[in-house]
Amino acid sequence: MEKEMVSRECEKDTLILAIESSCDETAASVVRNGRQVLSNVISSQIELHKLYGGVVPEIASRKHIEKINQVIEQALADAKVTLDDLDAVGVTYGPGLVGALLVGVAEAKAISYAKKLPLVGVHHIEGHVSANYIEHPDLEPPFLCLIVSGGHTHLVIVEDYGKFKILGRTRDDAAGEAFDKVARAIGLGYPGGPKIDKLSREGNSDAIVFPKGKIEGAPYDFSFSGVKSAVLNYLNQAKMQGREVPAADLAASFQKSVVEVLVEHTMLAAKDYNMKKVAMAGGVASNEHLRAAMKQACDENGYQLYYPSPIFCTDNAAMIGVAAYYEYLKGTRHGWDLNAVPNLKLGER
Amino acid sequence: MKILGLDSSGLVASVAVVEDDTLLSEYTVNHKKTHSQTLLPMLDEIVRMIELDLNEVDAIAVAAGPGSFTGLRIGSATAKGLGLALDKPLIAVPTVDALAYNLYETHGVICPLMDARRNQVYTGIYEFADGKFQVISAQEAISIEEIIEKINQIGREVIFLGDGVPVFREKIEADCKVSHHYAPAHVNRQRAGAVAALGTLYYKEGKVQNARDHQPEYLRLSQAERERLQREKKNCEEKK
Repeated sequence: MEKEMVSRECEKDTLILAIESSCDETAASVVRNGRQVLSNVISSQIELHKLYGGVVPEIASRKHIEKINQVIEQALADAKVTLDDLDAVGVTYGPGLVGALLVGVAEAKAISYAKKLPLVGVHHIEGHVSANYIEHPDLEPPFLCLIVSGGHTHLVIVEDYGKFKILGRTRDDAAGEAFDKVARAIGLGYPGGPKIDKLSREGNSDAIVFPKGKIEGAPYDFSFSGVKSAVLNYLNQAKMQGREVPAADLAASFQKSVVEVLVEHTMLAAKDYNMKKVAMAGGVASNEHLRAAMKQACDENGYQLYYPSPIFCTDNAAMIGVAAYYEYLKGTRHGWDLNAVPNLKLGER
Repeated sequence: MKILGLDSSGLVASVAVVEDDTLLSEYTVNHKKTHSQTLLPMLDEIVRMIELDLNEVDAIAVAAGPGSFTGLRIGSATAKGLGLALDKPLIAVPTVDALAYNLYETHGVICPLMDARRNQVYTGIYEFADGKFQVISAQEAISIEEIIEKINQIGREVIFLGDGVPVFREKIEADCKVSHHYAPAHVNRQRAGAVAALGTLYYKEGKVQNARDHQPEYLRLSQAERERLQREKKNCEEKK
Protein backbone atom coordinates (compact mmCIF):
# COMPACT_ATOMS: atom_id res chain seq x y z
CA MET A 1 0.00 0.00 0.00
CA GLU A 2 2.69 2.45 1.06
CA LYS A 3 4.83 1.74 -1.99
CA GLU A 4 1.88 2.19 -4.27
CA MET A 5 1.03 5.51 -2.67
CA VAL A 6 4.57 6.82 -3.03
CA SER A 7 4.69 5.91 -6.70
CA ARG A 8 1.33 7.55 -7.25
CA GLU A 9 2.56 10.73 -5.63
CA CYS A 10 5.50 10.81 -7.98
CA GLU A 11 3.21 10.43 -10.97
CA LYS A 12 0.55 12.95 -10.09
CA ASP A 13 -1.39 14.28 -7.17
CA THR A 14 -4.83 12.84 -6.56
CA LEU A 15 -7.35 15.55 -5.76
CA ILE A 16 -10.77 14.71 -4.36
CA LEU A 17 -13.69 17.02 -3.77
CA ALA A 18 -15.76 15.73 -0.87
CA ILE A 19 -19.30 16.66 0.13
CA GLU A 20 -21.01 15.94 3.47
CA SER A 21 -24.64 16.73 4.36
CA SER A 22 -25.77 13.85 6.57
CA CYS A 23 -27.06 15.89 9.49
CA ASP A 24 -26.88 19.59 10.32
CA GLU A 25 -23.58 20.68 8.75
CA THR A 26 -23.25 21.47 5.06
CA ALA A 27 -19.61 20.77 4.29
CA ALA A 28 -17.18 20.52 1.38
CA SER A 29 -13.45 19.92 1.22
CA VAL A 30 -10.63 19.30 -1.20
CA VAL A 31 -8.14 16.63 -0.12
CA ARG A 32 -4.82 15.90 -1.84
CA ASN A 33 -3.45 12.36 -1.86
CA GLY A 34 -5.71 11.25 0.94
CA ARG A 35 -4.04 13.06 3.80
CA GLN A 36 -3.52 16.69 2.90
CA VAL A 37 -6.55 18.86 3.52
CA LEU A 38 -6.42 21.79 1.12
CA SER A 39 -9.73 23.23 2.28
CA ASN A 40 -12.37 22.38 4.85
CA VAL A 41 -15.54 24.48 4.68
CA ILE A 42 -18.35 23.81 7.18
CA SER A 43 -21.61 25.73 7.25
CA SER A 44 -23.15 24.87 10.59
CA GLN A 45 -26.87 25.08 11.26
CA ILE A 46 -26.63 24.71 15.03
CA GLU A 47 -28.07 28.17 15.75
CA LEU A 48 -31.11 27.34 13.61
CA HIS A 49 -31.84 24.06 15.39
CA LYS A 50 -31.34 25.46 18.90
CA LEU A 51 -34.84 26.91 18.60
CA TYR A 52 -36.18 23.36 18.52
CA GLY A 53 -33.85 21.72 21.03
CA GLY A 54 -32.43 19.38 18.40
CA VAL A 55 -31.98 18.83 14.69
CA VAL A 56 -35.20 19.15 12.67
CA PRO A 57 -34.71 17.03 9.52
CA GLU A 58 -36.84 19.15 7.16
CA ILE A 59 -35.21 22.39 8.28
CA ALA A 60 -31.77 20.81 7.93
CA SER A 61 -32.56 19.65 4.39
CA ARG A 62 -33.80 23.09 3.36
CA LYS A 63 -30.66 24.71 4.71
CA HIS A 64 -28.46 22.21 2.87
CA ILE A 65 -29.97 23.01 -0.52
CA GLU A 66 -29.66 26.73 0.19
CA LYS A 67 -25.97 26.57 1.13
CA ILE A 68 -24.49 23.69 -0.79
CA ASN A 69 -23.15 25.45 -3.89
CA GLN A 70 -21.70 28.29 -1.88
CA VAL A 71 -19.90 25.81 0.40
CA ILE A 72 -18.51 23.82 -2.55
CA GLU A 73 -17.37 26.97 -4.37
CA GLN A 74 -15.65 28.16 -1.20
CA ALA A 75 -13.91 24.81 -0.76
CA LEU A 76 -12.60 24.95 -4.34
CA ALA A 77 -11.50 28.59 -3.94
CA ASP A 78 -9.76 27.96 -0.59
CA ALA A 79 -7.89 25.02 -2.14
CA LYS A 80 -7.04 27.15 -5.20
CA VAL A 81 -8.28 24.46 -7.56
CA THR A 82 -11.07 24.19 -10.13
CA LEU A 83 -13.34 21.27 -10.90
CA ASP A 84 -11.07 20.54 -13.88
CA ASP A 85 -8.18 19.70 -11.51
CA LEU A 86 -10.13 17.00 -9.69
CA ASP A 87 -9.71 13.23 -9.94
CA ALA A 88 -12.92 12.20 -8.18
CA VAL A 89 -15.90 13.37 -6.16
CA GLY A 90 -16.60 11.76 -2.79
CA VAL A 91 -19.89 12.06 -0.95
CA THR A 92 -21.49 10.78 2.25
CA TYR A 93 -24.41 8.53 1.30
CA GLY A 94 -25.24 7.19 4.76
CA PRO A 95 -25.97 6.81 7.56
CA GLY A 96 -27.84 9.99 8.45
CA LEU A 97 -31.04 11.91 7.82
CA VAL A 98 -32.37 10.75 4.45
CA GLY A 99 -33.57 14.17 3.25
CA ALA A 100 -30.30 15.78 4.27
CA LEU A 101 -28.16 13.05 2.68
CA LEU A 102 -30.10 13.28 -0.59
CA VAL A 103 -29.04 16.90 -1.14
CA GLY A 104 -25.34 16.05 -1.00
CA VAL A 105 -25.79 12.85 -3.01
CA ALA A 106 -27.78 14.52 -5.84
CA GLU A 107 -25.36 17.46 -5.95
CA ALA A 108 -22.27 15.23 -5.99
CA LYS A 109 -23.73 13.00 -8.68
CA ALA A 110 -24.59 15.98 -10.90
CA ILE A 111 -21.12 17.49 -10.53
CA SER A 112 -19.28 14.25 -11.20
CA TYR A 113 -21.61 13.46 -14.11
CA ALA A 114 -21.15 16.87 -15.74
CA LYS A 115 -17.37 16.82 -15.24
CA LYS A 116 -17.06 13.11 -16.14
CA LEU A 117 -15.40 12.35 -12.80
CA PRO A 118 -15.54 9.08 -10.85
CA LEU A 119 -18.10 9.12 -8.01
CA VAL A 120 -17.18 7.57 -4.68
CA GLY A 121 -19.87 7.11 -2.02
CA VAL A 122 -18.56 7.19 1.54
CA HIS A 123 -19.90 5.84 4.84
CA HIS A 124 -20.18 8.73 7.28
CA ILE A 125 -18.68 6.80 10.19
CA GLU A 126 -15.80 5.52 8.06
CA GLY A 127 -15.20 9.20 7.41
CA HIS A 128 -15.01 9.92 11.12
CA VAL A 129 -12.47 7.11 11.57
CA SER A 130 -10.47 8.43 8.60
CA ALA A 131 -10.27 11.89 10.20
CA ASN A 132 -7.44 10.42 12.27
CA TYR A 133 -5.22 10.12 9.18
CA ILE A 134 -5.25 13.86 8.54
CA GLU A 135 -3.02 14.93 11.42
CA HIS A 136 -1.21 11.64 12.03
CA PRO A 137 0.81 10.81 8.91
CA ASP A 138 2.30 7.80 10.72
CA LEU A 139 -1.07 6.23 11.56
CA GLU A 140 -1.93 3.23 9.43
CA PRO A 141 -4.20 0.24 10.02
CA PRO A 142 -4.47 -1.94 11.95
CA PHE A 143 -5.60 -0.05 15.04
CA LEU A 144 -8.42 -0.01 17.56
CA CYS A 145 -10.93 2.82 17.20
CA LEU A 146 -13.62 4.08 19.55
CA ILE A 147 -16.29 5.88 17.52
CA VAL A 148 -18.44 8.16 19.68
CA SER A 149 -20.90 10.68 18.31
CA GLY A 150 -24.47 11.89 18.64
CA GLY A 151 -25.76 8.97 16.59
CA HIS A 152 -23.12 6.26 17.02
CA THR A 153 -21.07 4.41 19.58
CA HIS A 154 -18.88 1.66 18.15
CA LEU A 155 -15.71 -0.07 19.16
CA VAL A 156 -13.98 -1.39 16.04
CA ILE A 157 -10.71 -2.75 14.79
CA VAL A 158 -9.69 -0.95 11.62
CA GLU A 159 -8.05 -3.92 9.91
CA ASP A 160 -7.24 -2.06 6.72
CA TYR A 161 -8.42 1.09 4.95
CA GLY A 162 -12.19 0.71 4.75
CA LYS A 163 -12.12 -2.70 6.44
CA PHE A 164 -13.64 -2.94 9.91
CA LYS A 165 -14.19 -5.60 12.52
CA ILE A 166 -16.95 -4.43 14.84
CA LEU A 167 -16.25 -5.52 18.43
CA GLY A 168 -18.97 -3.62 20.22
CA ARG A 169 -21.77 -1.15 19.78
CA THR A 170 -24.37 0.59 21.88
CA ARG A 171 -27.51 -1.35 22.66
CA ASP A 172 -29.61 1.79 23.11
CA ASP A 173 -28.59 5.47 23.13
CA ALA A 174 -25.41 6.70 21.50
CA ALA A 175 -23.00 8.36 23.92
CA GLY A 176 -23.59 11.80 22.40
CA GLU A 177 -27.33 11.27 22.53
CA ALA A 178 -27.12 10.64 26.29
CA PHE A 179 -25.13 13.87 26.65
CA ASP A 180 -27.79 15.78 24.70
CA LYS A 181 -30.67 14.33 26.73
CA VAL A 182 -29.03 15.00 30.08
CA ALA A 183 -28.08 18.51 28.97
CA ARG A 184 -31.69 19.19 28.05
CA ALA A 185 -32.89 17.85 31.43
CA ILE A 186 -30.64 20.25 33.34
CA GLY A 187 -31.56 23.11 31.05
CA LEU A 188 -28.28 23.48 29.17
CA GLY A 189 -29.86 23.27 25.72
CA TYR A 190 -28.61 21.88 22.44
CA PRO A 191 -26.00 20.66 21.55
CA GLY A 192 -25.42 19.12 24.97
CA GLY A 193 -21.98 17.52 24.69
CA PRO A 194 -19.77 20.64 24.70
CA LYS A 195 -21.96 22.28 27.35
CA ILE A 196 -21.73 19.35 29.75
CA ASP A 197 -18.00 19.13 29.12
CA LYS A 198 -17.58 22.81 30.03
CA LEU A 199 -19.89 22.81 33.05
CA SER A 200 -18.24 19.65 34.42
CA ARG A 201 -14.99 21.50 34.97
CA GLU A 202 -16.67 23.42 37.78
CA GLY A 203 -18.24 20.37 39.37
CA ASN A 204 -17.27 17.48 41.61
CA SER A 205 -17.38 14.28 39.60
CA ASP A 206 -17.59 12.15 42.75
CA ALA A 207 -20.60 14.02 44.13
CA ILE A 208 -23.13 11.53 42.81
CA VAL A 209 -22.52 7.92 41.84
CA PHE A 210 -24.36 6.93 38.67
CA PRO A 211 -24.48 3.36 37.35
CA LYS A 212 -22.14 2.19 34.63
CA GLY A 213 -23.85 0.30 31.85
CA LYS A 214 -22.60 -3.23 31.31
CA ILE A 215 -24.04 -5.88 29.03
CA GLU A 216 -23.84 -9.45 30.28
CA GLY A 217 -21.73 -11.56 27.93
CA ALA A 218 -20.88 -8.66 25.61
CA PRO A 219 -17.90 -6.96 27.24
CA TYR A 220 -17.37 -4.45 24.40
CA ASP A 221 -20.98 -3.36 24.02
CA PHE A 222 -22.34 -0.19 25.55
CA SER A 223 -25.58 0.95 27.16
CA PHE A 224 -26.23 4.54 28.10
CA SER A 225 -29.96 4.55 28.70
CA GLY A 226 -29.45 3.34 32.29
CA VAL A 227 -27.21 6.21 33.31
CA LYS A 228 -29.42 8.66 31.47
CA SER A 229 -32.52 7.41 33.34
CA ALA A 230 -30.60 7.50 36.63
CA VAL A 231 -29.81 11.18 36.03
CA LEU A 232 -33.43 11.98 35.17
CA ASN A 233 -34.68 10.05 38.23
CA TYR A 234 -32.20 11.83 40.44
CA LEU A 235 -33.43 15.18 39.15
CA ASN A 236 -37.09 14.23 39.68
CA GLN A 237 -36.47 13.00 43.19
CA ALA A 238 -34.58 16.15 44.12
CA LYS A 239 -37.37 18.24 42.68
CA MET A 240 -40.01 16.39 44.72
CA GLN A 241 -37.97 16.78 47.88
CA GLY A 242 -37.47 20.45 47.09
CA ARG A 243 -33.71 19.90 47.04
CA GLU A 244 -31.53 22.05 44.82
CA VAL A 245 -29.23 20.06 42.57
CA PRO A 246 -25.84 21.56 41.77
CA ALA A 247 -25.90 21.24 37.96
CA ALA A 248 -22.11 21.24 37.70
CA ASP A 249 -21.78 18.28 40.11
CA LEU A 250 -24.49 16.41 38.26
CA ALA A 251 -22.90 17.06 34.87
CA ALA A 252 -19.45 16.05 36.12
CA SER A 253 -20.74 12.87 37.78
CA PHE A 254 -22.73 11.86 34.72
CA GLN A 255 -19.81 12.55 32.41
CA LYS A 256 -17.46 10.57 34.60
CA SER A 257 -19.76 7.55 34.51
CA VAL A 258 -19.97 7.63 30.69
CA VAL A 259 -16.27 8.29 30.17
CA GLU A 260 -15.20 5.51 32.53
CA VAL A 261 -17.23 2.95 30.59
CA LEU A 262 -15.85 4.18 27.26
CA VAL A 263 -12.27 3.99 28.53
CA GLU A 264 -12.66 0.64 30.31
CA HIS A 265 -14.18 -1.09 27.28
CA THR A 266 -11.58 0.38 24.95
CA MET A 267 -8.72 -0.76 27.19
CA LEU A 268 -10.22 -4.23 27.50
CA ALA A 269 -10.51 -4.55 23.72
CA ALA A 270 -6.96 -3.25 23.18
CA LYS A 271 -5.63 -5.86 25.61
CA ASP A 272 -7.75 -8.74 24.26
CA TYR A 273 -6.86 -8.00 20.63
CA ASN A 274 -3.29 -6.93 21.34
CA MET A 275 -3.72 -3.51 19.78
CA LYS A 276 -0.94 -1.03 20.52
CA LYS A 277 -2.56 1.83 18.64
CA VAL A 278 -5.83 3.28 19.90
CA ALA A 279 -7.80 6.00 18.10
CA MET A 280 -10.97 7.95 18.81
CA ALA A 281 -13.39 9.45 16.31
CA GLY A 282 -16.70 11.33 16.18
CA GLY A 283 -18.05 14.43 17.85
CA VAL A 284 -17.73 13.11 21.42
CA ALA A 285 -14.01 12.49 20.78
CA SER A 286 -13.71 16.25 21.30
CA ASN A 287 -14.77 15.83 24.93
CA GLU A 288 -11.81 17.01 27.02
CA HIS A 289 -12.50 14.72 29.93
CA LEU A 290 -12.69 11.70 27.62
CA ARG A 291 -9.44 12.71 25.93
CA ALA A 292 -7.63 13.13 29.24
CA ALA A 293 -8.96 9.88 30.71
CA MET A 294 -8.19 7.88 27.56
CA LYS A 295 -4.70 9.41 27.37
CA GLN A 296 -3.97 8.43 30.96
CA ALA A 297 -5.21 4.88 30.42
CA CYS A 298 -3.20 4.51 27.20
CA ASP A 299 -0.06 5.87 28.86
CA GLU A 300 -0.44 3.42 31.73
CA ASN A 301 -0.76 0.51 29.31
CA GLY A 302 1.89 1.67 26.84
CA TYR A 303 -0.54 2.29 23.97
CA GLN A 304 -0.25 5.12 21.48
CA LEU A 305 -3.40 7.30 21.43
CA TYR A 306 -4.66 9.17 18.39
CA TYR A 307 -7.55 11.58 18.00
CA PRO A 308 -8.36 14.37 15.55
CA SER A 309 -8.51 18.09 16.37
CA PRO A 310 -12.03 19.21 17.27
CA ILE A 311 -12.55 20.68 13.77
CA PHE A 312 -12.06 17.18 12.31
CA CYS A 313 -14.12 15.48 15.06
CA THR A 314 -17.27 17.42 14.23
CA ASP A 315 -19.07 16.53 10.99
CA ASN A 316 -16.85 17.74 8.15
CA ALA A 317 -16.09 16.88 4.54
CA ALA A 318 -12.30 16.59 4.88
CA MET A 319 -12.74 13.24 6.63
CA ILE A 320 -15.05 12.15 3.80
CA GLY A 321 -12.36 13.14 1.30
CA VAL A 322 -9.79 11.02 3.14
CA ALA A 323 -12.08 7.98 3.24
CA ALA A 324 -13.03 8.56 -0.41
CA TYR A 325 -9.35 8.58 -1.40
CA TYR A 326 -8.69 5.11 0.00
CA GLU A 327 -11.92 3.82 -1.57
CA TYR A 328 -10.87 5.43 -4.85
CA LEU A 329 -7.50 3.64 -4.71
CA LYS A 330 -9.32 0.36 -4.12
CA GLY A 331 -11.42 0.98 -7.22
CA THR A 332 -14.74 1.82 -5.58
CA ARG A 333 -16.95 3.63 -8.09
CA HIS A 334 -20.62 4.40 -7.66
CA GLY A 335 -23.15 4.77 -10.47
CA TRP A 336 -25.52 7.60 -11.30
CA ASP A 337 -28.20 5.66 -9.44
CA LEU A 338 -26.42 6.10 -6.09
CA ASN A 339 -29.06 6.64 -3.42
CA ALA A 340 -28.94 7.90 0.15
CA VAL A 341 -28.97 5.00 2.62
CA PRO A 342 -30.06 6.41 6.00
CA ASN A 343 -29.26 3.24 7.96
CA LEU A 344 -26.12 2.18 6.10
CA LYS A 345 -24.17 -0.33 8.20
CA LEU A 346 -20.51 0.09 8.97
CA GLY A 347 -18.37 -1.76 6.45
CA GLU A 348 -21.36 -2.24 4.12
CA ARG A 349 -20.88 -1.47 0.41
CA MET B 1 -30.74 27.74 -27.84
CA LYS B 2 -30.77 24.52 -25.80
CA ILE B 3 -32.59 24.25 -22.49
CA LEU B 4 -32.40 21.22 -20.24
CA GLY B 5 -35.57 20.58 -18.23
CA LEU B 6 -35.91 18.61 -14.98
CA ASP B 7 -39.02 17.78 -12.97
CA SER B 8 -39.05 15.53 -9.90
CA SER B 9 -41.66 17.46 -7.95
CA GLY B 10 -44.20 14.67 -7.70
CA LEU B 11 -44.58 11.00 -8.51
CA VAL B 12 -43.33 11.70 -12.03
CA ALA B 13 -39.62 11.90 -12.81
CA SER B 14 -38.97 13.66 -16.10
CA VAL B 15 -36.01 15.03 -18.06
CA ALA B 16 -36.05 16.78 -21.42
CA VAL B 17 -33.96 18.84 -23.81
CA VAL B 18 -35.62 21.56 -25.87
CA GLU B 19 -33.78 23.33 -28.69
CA ASP B 20 -35.67 26.46 -29.75
CA ASP B 21 -39.04 25.11 -30.90
CA THR B 22 -38.01 21.46 -31.00
CA LEU B 23 -38.27 18.87 -28.26
CA LEU B 24 -35.05 16.90 -28.88
CA SER B 25 -35.80 14.35 -26.23
CA GLU B 26 -38.02 13.70 -23.25
CA TYR B 27 -37.97 10.84 -20.79
CA THR B 28 -40.88 10.64 -18.35
CA VAL B 29 -41.51 7.92 -15.79
CA ASN B 30 -44.61 7.80 -13.62
CA HIS B 31 -43.81 4.83 -11.43
CA LYS B 32 -42.67 4.71 -7.77
CA LYS B 33 -40.95 7.65 -6.20
CA THR B 34 -37.30 6.69 -6.55
CA HIS B 35 -36.13 9.90 -8.17
CA SER B 36 -32.78 9.82 -6.43
CA GLN B 37 -32.00 6.58 -8.26
CA THR B 38 -33.70 7.38 -11.56
CA LEU B 39 -33.33 11.07 -12.44
CA LEU B 40 -29.63 11.15 -13.33
CA PRO B 41 -29.61 7.77 -15.15
CA MET B 42 -32.58 9.09 -17.18
CA LEU B 43 -30.65 12.24 -18.05
CA ASP B 44 -27.64 10.13 -18.99
CA GLU B 45 -29.87 8.06 -21.27
CA ILE B 46 -31.24 11.01 -23.25
CA VAL B 47 -27.85 12.72 -23.39
CA ARG B 48 -26.46 9.61 -25.10
CA MET B 49 -29.51 9.17 -27.34
CA ILE B 50 -29.28 12.67 -28.76
CA GLU B 51 -25.45 12.78 -28.56
CA LEU B 52 -25.64 15.92 -26.47
CA ASP B 53 -22.58 17.71 -25.18
CA LEU B 54 -23.89 19.13 -21.91
CA ASN B 55 -21.61 22.14 -22.36
CA GLU B 56 -23.84 23.19 -25.29
CA VAL B 57 -26.80 23.64 -22.98
CA ASP B 58 -27.61 27.32 -22.38
CA ALA B 59 -29.47 26.91 -19.12
CA ILE B 60 -31.05 24.34 -16.82
CA ALA B 61 -34.77 24.72 -16.14
CA VAL B 62 -36.06 22.98 -13.06
CA ALA B 63 -39.55 22.54 -11.63
CA ALA B 64 -38.87 24.68 -8.59
CA GLY B 65 -41.86 23.91 -6.46
CA PRO B 66 -44.29 23.33 -5.02
CA GLY B 67 -44.26 19.56 -4.69
CA SER B 68 -42.87 16.79 -2.54
CA PHE B 69 -40.18 18.48 -0.40
CA THR B 70 -37.68 15.71 -0.95
CA GLY B 71 -38.53 15.36 -4.64
CA LEU B 72 -38.03 19.08 -5.16
CA ARG B 73 -34.64 18.97 -3.50
CA ILE B 74 -33.48 16.04 -5.63
CA GLY B 75 -34.33 18.08 -8.74
CA SER B 76 -32.87 21.28 -7.34
CA ALA B 77 -29.64 19.70 -6.12
CA THR B 78 -29.23 18.00 -9.49
CA ALA B 79 -29.81 21.31 -11.29
CA LYS B 80 -27.50 23.17 -8.92
CA GLY B 81 -24.75 20.60 -9.34
CA LEU B 82 -25.07 20.72 -13.13
CA GLY B 83 -25.19 24.51 -13.07
CA LEU B 84 -22.08 24.72 -10.93
CA ALA B 85 -20.13 22.15 -12.94
CA LEU B 86 -21.15 23.47 -16.37
CA ASP B 87 -21.14 27.13 -15.32
CA LYS B 88 -24.69 27.60 -16.63
CA PRO B 89 -27.58 29.56 -15.15
CA LEU B 90 -30.72 27.98 -13.71
CA ILE B 91 -34.32 28.79 -14.59
CA ALA B 92 -36.72 28.27 -11.71
CA VAL B 93 -40.05 27.28 -13.28
CA PRO B 94 -43.02 27.19 -10.88
CA THR B 95 -44.27 23.58 -10.89
CA VAL B 96 -47.94 24.49 -11.27
CA ASP B 97 -47.19 26.91 -14.12
CA ALA B 98 -45.31 24.20 -16.00
CA LEU B 99 -48.19 21.78 -15.48
CA ALA B 100 -50.62 24.33 -16.97
CA TYR B 101 -48.28 24.97 -19.89
CA ASN B 102 -48.88 21.38 -21.03
CA LEU B 103 -52.29 22.56 -22.30
CA TYR B 104 -51.08 25.18 -24.76
CA GLU B 105 -53.76 27.34 -26.44
CA THR B 106 -56.65 25.87 -24.48
CA HIS B 107 -59.60 28.22 -24.89
CA GLY B 108 -60.94 27.92 -21.33
CA VAL B 109 -59.00 28.40 -18.14
CA ILE B 110 -56.54 25.81 -16.91
CA CYS B 111 -56.50 24.60 -13.32
CA PRO B 112 -53.73 22.19 -12.29
CA LEU B 113 -54.36 20.33 -9.04
CA MET B 114 -51.47 18.72 -7.20
CA ASP B 115 -52.39 16.68 -4.13
CA ALA B 116 -50.69 18.52 -1.28
CA ARG B 117 -52.07 16.27 1.49
CA ARG B 118 -53.52 17.77 4.66
CA ASN B 119 -56.66 18.46 2.62
CA GLN B 120 -54.97 20.95 0.36
CA VAL B 121 -53.94 21.24 -3.26
CA TYR B 122 -51.10 23.10 -4.88
CA THR B 123 -52.98 24.92 -7.57
CA GLY B 124 -53.36 28.03 -9.68
CA ILE B 125 -55.47 29.34 -12.57
CA TYR B 126 -54.08 30.06 -16.04
CA GLU B 127 -55.17 30.97 -19.56
CA PHE B 128 -53.79 31.55 -23.01
CA ALA B 129 -54.77 34.97 -24.37
CA ASP B 130 -53.56 36.08 -27.81
CA GLY B 131 -51.18 33.13 -27.77
CA LYS B 132 -49.61 34.30 -24.54
CA PHE B 133 -49.48 32.30 -21.33
CA GLN B 134 -51.18 34.27 -18.55
CA VAL B 135 -51.35 33.63 -14.83
CA ILE B 136 -54.84 34.48 -13.54
CA SER B 137 -54.25 33.19 -10.02
CA ALA B 138 -50.66 32.39 -8.98
CA GLN B 139 -49.76 28.99 -7.54
CA GLU B 140 -50.60 28.49 -3.88
CA ALA B 141 -51.51 25.84 -1.33
CA ILE B 142 -55.25 26.03 -0.57
CA SER B 143 -58.19 23.73 0.04
CA ILE B 144 -60.04 22.12 -2.88
CA GLU B 145 -63.16 24.05 -1.81
CA GLU B 146 -61.36 27.38 -2.12
CA ILE B 147 -60.04 26.72 -5.62
CA ILE B 148 -63.41 25.44 -6.86
CA GLU B 149 -64.99 28.60 -5.43
CA LYS B 150 -62.51 30.70 -7.40
CA ILE B 151 -63.25 28.71 -10.57
CA ASN B 152 -66.99 29.20 -10.07
CA GLN B 153 -66.48 32.94 -9.61
CA ILE B 154 -64.50 33.24 -12.83
CA GLY B 155 -67.37 31.42 -14.49
CA ARG B 156 -65.49 30.19 -17.55
CA GLU B 157 -65.02 26.72 -18.95
CA VAL B 158 -62.14 24.95 -17.16
CA ILE B 159 -59.77 22.05 -17.71
CA PHE B 160 -58.40 20.26 -14.66
CA LEU B 161 -55.20 18.24 -14.63
CA GLY B 162 -52.63 16.88 -12.21
CA ASP B 163 -52.38 14.12 -9.61
CA GLY B 164 -54.99 15.92 -7.50
CA VAL B 165 -57.71 15.13 -10.06
CA PRO B 166 -58.25 11.46 -9.09
CA VAL B 167 -58.08 12.43 -5.41
CA PHE B 168 -60.70 15.22 -5.62
CA ARG B 169 -62.78 14.21 -8.63
CA GLU B 170 -65.93 13.55 -6.58
CA LYS B 171 -65.59 16.92 -4.91
CA ILE B 172 -65.16 18.64 -8.28
CA GLU B 173 -68.19 16.87 -9.74
CA ALA B 174 -70.27 17.90 -6.74
CA ASP B 175 -69.20 21.53 -6.39
CA CYS B 176 -67.91 22.81 -9.75
CA LYS B 177 -70.71 24.80 -11.37
CA VAL B 178 -69.00 25.64 -14.67
CA SER B 179 -68.42 23.43 -17.67
CA HIS B 180 -65.31 21.38 -16.93
CA HIS B 181 -63.10 18.74 -18.49
CA TYR B 182 -60.12 16.65 -17.51
CA ALA B 183 -56.89 16.61 -19.52
CA PRO B 184 -55.96 13.25 -21.12
CA ALA B 185 -53.14 10.96 -20.03
CA HIS B 186 -50.35 12.33 -22.23
CA VAL B 187 -50.60 15.89 -20.86
CA ASN B 188 -52.10 15.60 -17.39
CA ARG B 189 -48.95 15.16 -15.27
CA GLN B 190 -45.61 16.92 -14.86
CA ARG B 191 -43.49 16.80 -18.01
CA ALA B 192 -39.97 18.15 -18.28
CA GLY B 193 -40.73 19.12 -21.89
CA ALA B 194 -43.17 21.73 -20.57
CA VAL B 195 -40.63 22.86 -17.96
CA ALA B 196 -37.99 23.32 -20.65
CA ALA B 197 -40.38 25.02 -23.11
CA LEU B 198 -41.65 27.47 -20.49
CA GLY B 199 -38.06 27.82 -19.28
CA THR B 200 -37.11 28.90 -22.81
CA LEU B 201 -39.58 31.81 -22.54
CA TYR B 202 -38.24 32.77 -19.12
CA TYR B 203 -34.68 32.59 -20.41
CA LYS B 204 -35.53 35.03 -23.21
CA GLU B 205 -37.06 37.36 -20.62
CA GLY B 206 -33.86 37.18 -18.59
CA LYS B 207 -35.53 35.30 -15.74
CA VAL B 208 -32.48 33.25 -14.80
CA GLN B 209 -30.56 32.80 -11.58
CA ASN B 210 -27.13 31.68 -10.51
CA ALA B 211 -27.09 28.02 -9.47
CA ARG B 212 -25.68 29.17 -6.13
CA ASP B 213 -28.79 31.22 -5.32
CA HIS B 214 -31.39 28.68 -6.34
CA GLN B 215 -33.60 26.95 -3.81
CA PRO B 216 -37.06 25.41 -4.15
CA GLU B 217 -40.26 27.31 -3.44
CA TYR B 218 -42.04 24.96 -1.03
CA LEU B 219 -45.12 27.17 -0.50
CA ARG B 220 -45.20 25.68 2.99
CA LEU B 221 -43.23 25.86 6.18
CA SER B 222 -41.87 22.70 7.73
CA GLN B 223 -44.06 21.11 10.37
CA ALA B 224 -41.64 22.11 13.15
CA GLU B 225 -41.67 25.76 12.08
CA ARG B 226 -45.45 25.77 11.78
CA GLU B 227 -45.85 24.35 15.27
CA ARG B 228 -43.31 26.76 16.73
CA LEU B 229 -45.07 29.76 15.20
CA GLN B 230 -48.42 28.51 16.52
CA ARG B 231 -46.92 28.13 20.00
CA GLU B 232 -45.41 31.61 19.88
CA LYS B 233 -48.65 33.10 18.66
CA LYS B 234 -50.53 31.37 21.46
CA ASN B 235 -48.01 32.57 24.08
CA CYS B 236 -48.28 36.07 22.69
CA GLU B 237 -52.08 36.03 22.95
CA GLU B 238 -51.97 34.64 26.47
CA LYS B 239 -49.68 37.46 27.55
CA LYS B 240 -52.19 39.97 26.27
